[in-house]
Amino acid sequence: MSEIADKVKKIVVEHLGVEESKVTPEASFIDDLGADSLDTVELVMAFEEAFNVEIPEDAAEKIATVKDAIDYIEKQKAA
Amino acid sequence: MFRLDGKTALVTGASGGIGRAIAAALHAQGATVVLSGTREAVLQEQVAELGGERAFYVTANLSDAAEADALVGKAEEAAGAPLDILINNAGLTRDTLALRMKDQDWDQVLNVDLSSPFRLCRAALKGMLRRRAGRIVNIASVVGTTGNAGQANYAAAKAGMVGMSKSLAQEAGSRGVTVNVVAPGFIVTPMTDVLPDAQKEKLTSAIPLGRLGKPEDVASAVLYLCSEEAGWVTGSTLHVNGGMAMV
Repeated sequence: MSEIADKVKKIVVEHLGVEESKVTPEASFIDDLGADSLDTVELVMAFEEAFNVEIPEDAAEKIATVKDAIDYIEKQKAA
Repeated sequence: MFRLDGKTALVTGASGGIGRAIAAALHAQGATVVLSGTREAVLQEQVAELGGERAFYVTANLSDAAEADALVGKAEEAAGAPLDILINNAGLTRDTLALRMKDQDWDQVLNVDLSSPFRLCRAALKGMLRRRAGRIVNIASVVGTTGNAGQANYAAAKAGMVGMSKSLAQEAGSRGVTVNVVAPGFIVTPMTDVLPDAQKEKLTSAIPLGRLGKPEDVASAVLYLCSEEAGWVTGSTLHVNGGMAMV
């Protein structure tokens, strides 16, 4: 697993207070990890801060799963 | 009741009559207060008046967006603790009839009285939501509800503040953070003290409770909304106007 994936997982665990084993790539923040809309906004802001990237509103809306977040950040970092 | 021991509060516009009373009321109930304003000497004096304990000040010019954005962080730094309570009290007026109102009069009032409170709310909410606790009280005005000739800009900003507060209250409710408004009527402050007696009498005759308001009347309402006891009150506007406008 990449360094980015590790860090994303850690942020999700910390923020949502869920068990690490539940934070699989396919896990949906809202459906599987119990996040509400405010949590997802806070998560996006936490990602922005941790990875020093900007995630615009339209991109943030498409980030529904752990993998979505990892892919988006990896793409930004590669660019 | 209404104790605030261990809580940290930021009061903007703390060098003015109402802000000063709010800071004193919160402090008296045990809160650590951070006073913000533009006049450093006055703020220093107030910190001293509060006994120097649990009292700090930060100067900030809230017509500057960057300073408004940074104020919550600076206040937390000064107090050495995260913010539990935010009181958006700072404001200014540029009164004139609409026909004579310059864009600058409009923009300046909207900026300081509405945009800067939003910036402070945004900054404060970030930590409050995370900590699952917090109190925001925005100080509006009766004229935001009733309107007032010569104050189109101020009334618009204060009415805007109510809509903003209700929206934030909905966004933050699930985290136990409350956002409320206190809307004072005519309060005696150094600013209004200079009015001629005849005008004050006329104003008083329109107030069922038969007197002008004191800054402490406003401060008590703010204190209530900051307390644990007000934990199920959010998005509301508490009118403190002696009955002048029953809305």
